[in-house]
Formats: sequence, structure tokens, C-alpha cells
Amino acid sequence: MSVALALQYLVAGLTYGTIYAVVGVGFNIIYNATGIINFAQGEFVMVGGMTAVTLHAFLPLPAAIAGAVLVTMALGALVEVTFIRWLGRPSVLRMIVITIGVSILIREVALHVWGEQVRALPYFTGDEVTALELGGVRVSPQVLWSLGTCLAIVAALWFFFRRTTLGREMRACAANRDAAALCGLSTRNLVTLSFVLSAGIGALAGCVVSPITYTSYSIGAGLALKGFTVAVLGGLGGSGAAVAAGFVVGILESASVAVLPAAYKDAVAVAVLLAILFLRPSGLFGSREAERLRAS
Amino acid sequence: MPRSRYARVALLVAAVVAVQLATEWGGKPFFLTQLTMSAYYTLVAVGLSLLMGFAGQISLGHAAFFAIGGYGSALLTTLDLSPARGSAAVSLLARTGLLAARTDLSGAEALSVAPWPAFACAIALAAAVAWIVGVPVLKLKGHYLAMATLGFGTIVHSVVLGTQRLGAADGLGGVPAFRLLPGLAVGGGRAARVENYYVAWGLVALAMLVLGNLVESRVGRALRAIHGAEDAAGSMGVDVGRYKLRTFVLSAVLAAAGGAFLTHLTGGIGPGEASVMKSVRYVAIVAVGGMGSLWGTLATSATLEFVSLRGWFGTLDDAAFAVVLLFVMLFSPDGLLRLDLPAALRAARGRLSPGPDAETEP
Amino acid sequence: MRATRFLALAAALGAAPAASPAAPEPVKIGALLAVTGPASFLGAPEARTLEMVVQDLNAKGGIGGRPVALLVKDTGGNPEKAVSFARQLIDEEQVFAIIGPATTGETMAVKAIAEEGKTLLLSCAAAEVIVNPVAPHVFKVAPKDSAAAEMIFARMEKMGVRRIGLLSSNTGFGKAGKEQVEKLAPAHGIELAASEVYDKTATDLTAEVTKLKAAKVQAILNWSIEPAQAIVIKNARQIGLEVPIFQSHGFANVQYARAAGAAAEGVMFPASRIVVAEALPPGHPQRPVVTAYKKAYEERFKEDVSTFGGHAWDAFHLLVRAMETAGLDREKVRAALESTRGFVGTAGTFNFSAQDHNGLGPDAFEMLVVRGGKFAVLGP
Repeated sequence: MSVALALQYLVAGLTYGTIYAVVGVGFNIIYNATGIINFAQGEFVMVGGMTAVTLHAFLPLPAAIAGAVLVTMALGALVEVTFIRWLGRPSVLRMIVITIGVSILIREVALHVWGEQVRALPYFTGDEVTALELGGVRVSPQVLWSLGTCLAIVAALWFFFRRTTLGREMRACAANRDAAALCGLSTRNLVTLSFVLSAGIGALAGCVVSPITYTSYSIGAGLALKGFTVAVLGGLGGSGAAVAAGFVVGILESASVAVLPAAYKDAVAVAVLLAILFLRPSGLFGSREAERLRAS
Repeated sequence: MPRSRYARVALLVAAVVAVQLATEWGGKPFFLTQLTMSAYYTLVAVGLSLLMGFAGQISLGHAAFFAIGGYGSALLTTLDLSPARGSAAVSLLARTGLLAARTDLSGAEALSVAPWPAFACAIALAAAVAWIVGVPVLKLKGHYLAMATLGFGTIVHSVVLGTQRLGAADGLGGVPAFRLLPGLAVGGGRAARVENYYVAWGLVALAMLVLGNLVESRVGRALRAIHGAEDAAGSMGVDVGRYKLRTFVLSAVLAAAGGAFLTHLTGGIGPGEASVMKSVRYVAIVAVGGMGSLWGTLATSATLEFVSLRGWFGTLDDAAFAVVLLFVMLFSPDGLLRLDLPAALRAARGRLSPGPDAETEP
Repeated sequence: MRATRFLALAAALGAAPAASPAAPEPVKIGALLAVTGPASFLGAPEARTLEMVVQDLNAKGGIGGRPVALLVKDTGGNPEKAVSFARQLIDEEQVFAIIGPATTGETMAVKAIAEEGKTLLLSCAAAEVIVNPVAPHVFKVAPKDSAAAEMIFARMEKMGVRRIGLLSSNTGFGKAGKEQVEKLAPAHGIELAASEVYDKTATDLTAEVTKLKAAKVQAILNWSIEPAQAIVIKNARQIGLEVPIFQSHGFANVQYARAAGAAAEGVMFPASRIVVAEALPPGHPQRPVVTAYKKAYEERFKEDVSTFGGHAWDAFHLLVRAMETAGLDREKVRAALESTRGFVGTAGTFNFSAQDHNGLGPDAFEMLVVRGGKFAVLGP
């Protein structure tokens, strides 16, 4: 395999990787704040992309994207308030099943609202065939947009969690919910905020990759599984780890086409998940949390 | 509801007969088709109920075992070994009566594995896969266990969808009828409708008898102990790992049996049977019926699958199961039969009001 | 708004139609279609088309003065649902005939049931095996995949292409196409230098086309019916693979050309003439039929017409024509259907016979090309 070819696979892997990374980050935010694995994470990406396309029919692109992000954030808040908030401290089993049910519900509603057809936003710069030549590899500008957006999201989150009061409050809530409550923090609202934040970044990612990958009502479930793989691989920890893990999974998937029939590409991410769970559940970047869950 | 398991099985048999006679006299014998199909889906559901309710292990990939049973039987009974007729291996198999001649779709003679040995192989395969997958998976907990089972289900789905030999997206067809005993077969056309109905529900009754025995035996008590408090059970000398694994394998075998029988009944199987939606559907049914309540699960499965197969939910089929699942999980996690709506709403109202969230679940 | 329409359709599904008290008893026609699920690209337009043509027919008085009651069952693409609904439609509702299913897997699952129940089945699926071996009551209205493949290879030969890369999806459509391509390529002196099967939900095929580039193919042939068709083209052009791209007849919906934008320029594919209705010469026998259907569908449903909806149109009108000729005796209608000759439909001109229950020849397709984001007829 020539270097140029390998680089091409790498770029393809990075493209897939950005979206998995963002879904993984979304999982992390909610998990760290609530201990819940939100299976509907993938649906936020889908709703973001679809809403942006609908809004774009009568709004300029940046406004459509902003609108889509806001709508999805509202959806995230709605999901939390309707299904999660009043359950107290439910068992893990119950929560998993509930979020799966929510994801199916959102998907079916999307089907009946938008139909089965695929939609896409237009390319932000250039069109379907423009490509930049970078070191022997041709890359669509949209790929750079999505990489940039992903990194911007990570940076913004880092700033939010480290430098703002609200962010620090959320970290306190994640570290020890009862203690945070005793300190006077409104843990309920912080939980809602975690959903809103996850929904927002999911929607933004959905918008920025939709020109490349197209959006349709059914993309959520697959993204959720791969996003979870990424989150676990990253040790259910910080965003940086999730992004790195996202790229790893994306590249593995892309490279698998070189050796396996392409029909099994989706199974690669799952195989990675199973391998991680069986061999090293604390993920590549380690986390006590995960070890505790396993041994208990 | 009688307490003794024998009485309950007898009641089931009586109900089965009553329903058949009712459809006959009411002039609606065609209901039997959907009732028969839902019987085989019920086998999967009760096995899952044992796993989720008694052993407390969630499985979001159980449709995979159904598919292994179904595809295994389908593949072996639709093979054509006649080109290799001369080889030693094939003639040995033929002599031991494991092969059967049949005419395929275009009228040509074909030599395939007979249904009984094919069934045995499919079940054995499902058990083996369950064992191999179960050993690492059952050591996981909570989310990780759920996602691992989901991942396993997804892999099996990818495999049956992507493999040419298994028919890829079209699945396998032309599966012959399964002669269980002289006079009792699974499959065949409209003429065998009543026979198939009784065979199907007879198998379900048999399964309920076996599971009922299991649940009330020492094994059952051990399982309940594990579900209640795993560490305590372990310290009392219960070999937790072994029991969980065996329950997993048993539930997989039941699912595979359901898959194999349904495949013979309808003459084929498609990759949709291994999909995540199917697995979620089984979980929904078990949740509604009450995890660990085998009879509740049976009633729920028979009803919901029948209704779904009649098309009552129309294009909203998947959504209907999701709504049912959500409703039960939110308001009545112990199963619909133990629904206490006023209490659940009161509790909800209590938690929605401002104040520290001090409620904890038992 | 789509939501209400779907909900109304959902409410109507599964319920037996109520015969209006004073009016004559309706003629029941069943439909087994994958309205939702992975095959909804096929089933949804087919269901919408049937809804439309039944309404139009009833407005004109129905068949022999009796209205048609359409019973659509959403199988979701699942063979076991198809089996259950087939039994329901035949044994319980005693429908006169069934239109559908939309996929090969489902059709094969219900072929024997329809034959046993002596109920006419007009499948909208494409595989040869549906009508070969011929079952007296089972017909197929979709054109042969082999005809599409032949047309593509003929063009490739003309262009001097010898090495191609094949990409197909893991659906029944993709699989059937792949089989035909592999079977027919050698006869045209064409070598399959690379062949990749991808998942129907694939959103990026850069890795696959990269593999084709490495195999130094002279042309790409993609055989699928999903959005992946548009993605393949984009990815190929983005990595600098400038060779001619051919698609299957699954590309015959202008939304895919639009989705692929500038990348779709020059893509060639065989298709039923319905997608270039306006470009047909005035004397062409299919012109009135396809322009009328296209206009009606696009006006009513506000979306682009596709060849799949056309299959449902063809099936319904073939059936109605046979019923108007032979009355309401099932065996007479079957015989009338089987002896239909020269029926002009959206997919071509149908000529059935006792040995040929497909009725379409290679002239069912026209080789088209994408120019300026629209479909045009590719000249010789």
C-alpha cells in the first residue's frame, strides 16, 4: 500500500472519527453528571441535521444551523424533564431501557415528520467535488470544517468546565451529587443542563457533517453504538480522551476496508467495543470509575 | 391463578384448545396463523424472562440467538449435497439417515440435511455461541453488560446481512416442513393450520413445564438469590458465575428453538429477525409481563405479538413497542400486572416539586 | 402534512374495510408493501401511488360499477410479516389480488402462499427467481436486472472499457445486481478488477473507492438503491478518481443527482423512461402514460417521481385492465392477465405469456446521463 493510499484511508478515518468523537463527548457529559448512558445521543445528531435542512429552506445557512442547535437543545431538555427528572435514582437497567425507548420514539416521530428520504445541508465552502490537495491526498473542505468544529467544541467545553462557575458546578455535581446538593447547588437543573449541552453539541456535529454523510431518520442508532464505543474507549472521562478515541475508532473502521469485505465495516466498531469491554473496560486512558463498575 | 405449575400448564392447554374451538365456531380459523407464529416468539420471550428476571441479566441482543437457530436450520435443510454424493463423508451421512432428499424450487432433486439433525446442530451452535460469549460478557455489569449484549446482537445481524451464503438481504427460503413425530409437523400450507397451532402451543406448554420445574428447584432458588443480592449469594456458597452462564445458555437455546421452528413454519427467515429492534421488542415484552414472571411474559408475548402480526399498529409498529416499553419502565417497572398508577403518579409529583432529590429506589 | 397522512394511513391499516350500506360491495385489493423500514425507498412511493390510482379509479366509478377497496399492509421489509399479512389478506379478507411485495426476499416468502390460495400476486420486486419457475398466479412487473446490466455493458464495450470496479450494497437489490454483473461481464470481455459490498446505511465510501483507485479500474459501476449512490460519486471525485461512473437503474430518482450535485455530472445509468418523461419524442408510445403519471404524482405528493412508484402503477393498471376484460372471475382474470399484450406502462411495454410472467424486454430501459443536474437521454 502506497503512502498516498494510506493517507487517503487516514483522512477517511478522521472524517468518520469526528462525528463519533462528538457523540462520545455527549455521552461523557451526561454520564459524568448523572451516571446515565443516554442511548438517545445519536438521535440528537439526527434531529440537529434534519432541523437545519428544514430551516435552511427559509433562513440563511448560519441562522439555520443556530436554529437547529437551539431546537435540539430544547429537545434535550424536554427528554430530561419528561423521562429522567422525576425518576429519582432508578436502577441502571431501567435507565438503559428507558433511553432506548426514547431513542426509538424520537426516531419514529422523525420518520413521520420528515419521511424516509435523505437530506443534506449544502457544503459550507465549495461544492461536492472541490478538494484541497494536501500532501498527495485530496481532502474536501467540509472535512476540515468538521475537524475544526470538533476541536472548537472540545476547546469550548474545556473552557466551560474549567473556567466558568456553571461548569465547575457541573463538575461538582458529577463528582459527588449529594455533596453538591448539600452545598446548595441545584442538582436537578444541572442535570437538565447536561442534557441540553449534549444535545447542542450533537446537533452542531450533525449539521457540519451532513453535507458529507447525509442525514435521514434512521442514522441515530448506529451512531449511538459507535459513540458509546468511543466513550468507553476514552474511559468515560474527558473530552480530549473521547476525541482521541473517536479518531482511533474511525481510522480502524476505515482501514478495515483494506482487509475485510466492506459489508462488515460496521461490525468493526462493535468488535472494538467488545474487545475493550472484555479486556480493558477502563479504556485506553484509564479511569477508576470503570474499574469499580466492573469489579462490583 | 392456580399456584401449582402443573395446574397452570393444564390451564394453558385448556385455554389453547378453547381458543382453537372458538375460532372454528366463530368462523375465523385464520387467526390461527398469527397465534401459531406468536407461540414461537413466546418461546424466546419466556427464556429471556428467566434470564432477566431470575438471573437479573439484561440481554439486548437476544434476537441474535433466534437468528442463529433459524438460519442454522434453514442453511442445513436447504443445502444441496448431491454434487458431492460420491464422497465418503456424504455417503456416510446418507447411510446414517441424517440426510433427506427433497425437490428444490426449480423441481430438481437435492440432498440436504434432514430437519431433526439440522435442528440439533442449530441448537448446539446457539448453545456453544452462548457459552463462548457468556463467559466474558456475564462478568460485566450494568451499562457494560447491556452494551456488550447489544454489540453481540449487532455483530450477528451484520454477519447474516453481509454473508452471501446466508442469503444476505433476502434471507433464506424454501425451507421444508419439520416432521417432529409421525403425524406432527411444523410447516406445510393452509391445510396444516390447526396441526401447526397445536404443535406450537404444545411446545410452549412443554417449555413452561420445564422452566417451572427449574424455577422451583434448588437452581431456581439459587437464581433468585443471585438476582436479589449477588455478593450475599456468593458468600453463601452459590456459584454465581456458573448459574448465570447456564441460565444464559438455556435462554439462548429456547430462543434458537423458537427461531428454528418459526423458520420451518413460514418456510424461511430474513435478516430482520436478528435486528436490534427485535431484541428491544423481546425486552419490552418481558418488561411488560414482569421480569421473572414467566406466565406474565407468556400472556404479554402472545397478545402483543399476535396484535403486531395482525398489523394493528400499522406503520407505527416499532413506535408502539417503544411507547409500551417507556410506559412500563416509567410507571410500573415490575410489570404491567403490578401497575399501581395512582402511587406512581403521586411519587412523580413528589419528585417534580422543588427540593433535594432524596428519593432512592429500593 | 406528512404526519397526518401517515397517521391516517396507519389508522386505516389492519382494519377491514366497512362496506358502505347502500353502495355496491367493494372489490378488495390487497397490497403488501414495505412502507417503513430499510426498504421504504421502494415501498413508500409504491403505497402512495396505489393510494392515488385507487382514488382516481373510484372517482370514475370503480370496476364494473363497484368501488375498489385498497388494503395496504406495512411489512417493514420483513418476510415474516409478509407471510402473516399474506395469509390474512388471502384467508381472511379474501382479497381479489395482491400487489407487492416490494422486495425479493418477501416475495419469495409469499409466492407459495399466493399460489396455494389461488390469489393473483403482482410483485414489484426485481429478481428472476420470482417468475422462474413460473407459478400460474405470480407475476412480476419490474424489469429484469439482466436487461439493465446488458445495457450498461453494451455502452462500456462501446467506450472501450475493459477493467471495472463494482460497488454494491448489501440489500436484495444490490445482491441481485452483483450476481447479474458477475454473470454477464465475461461475455462482454469485461473484467471485474475489484468488487466491494458495502452496508446500505454507509455514509462515507471513501475507503471503498480508494480501493478501486488502487486497482486501476477504467470505470466504476455502482449497484444500489440507497443514498449511498450519491455518496459513491462524491467520494470518487473527491479522491481524484475521474473515470466514467455507471449506476444501476436504482439511480433513477433525480433526488440522487441533486444530492451528489456537481459530482453527478456525466454519470450514466439505465432507467425506465418515466424519469425523462418530458424528453421523450412526441410519438413515443410511453410518452402519454409517463407524463400523466409523473405530473399527477408530483402535484399530489410534492416529491420527485421514481421508477418504483411506477411499478405499483403498472401492476394496478394491468390488473384493472384484466378485470375489465374478464369480469370478476379469478381464473378468467388470471388468464386475461397472462395473455396481455402490448400494454404500455411506466416501465415499458408488457407482453405476458404462459412462460413469461415478467413481460418486459430489454427495450424497457433507456440509457440516461446526468447533465446539469438533470436527467437526459444519452445518445448513441
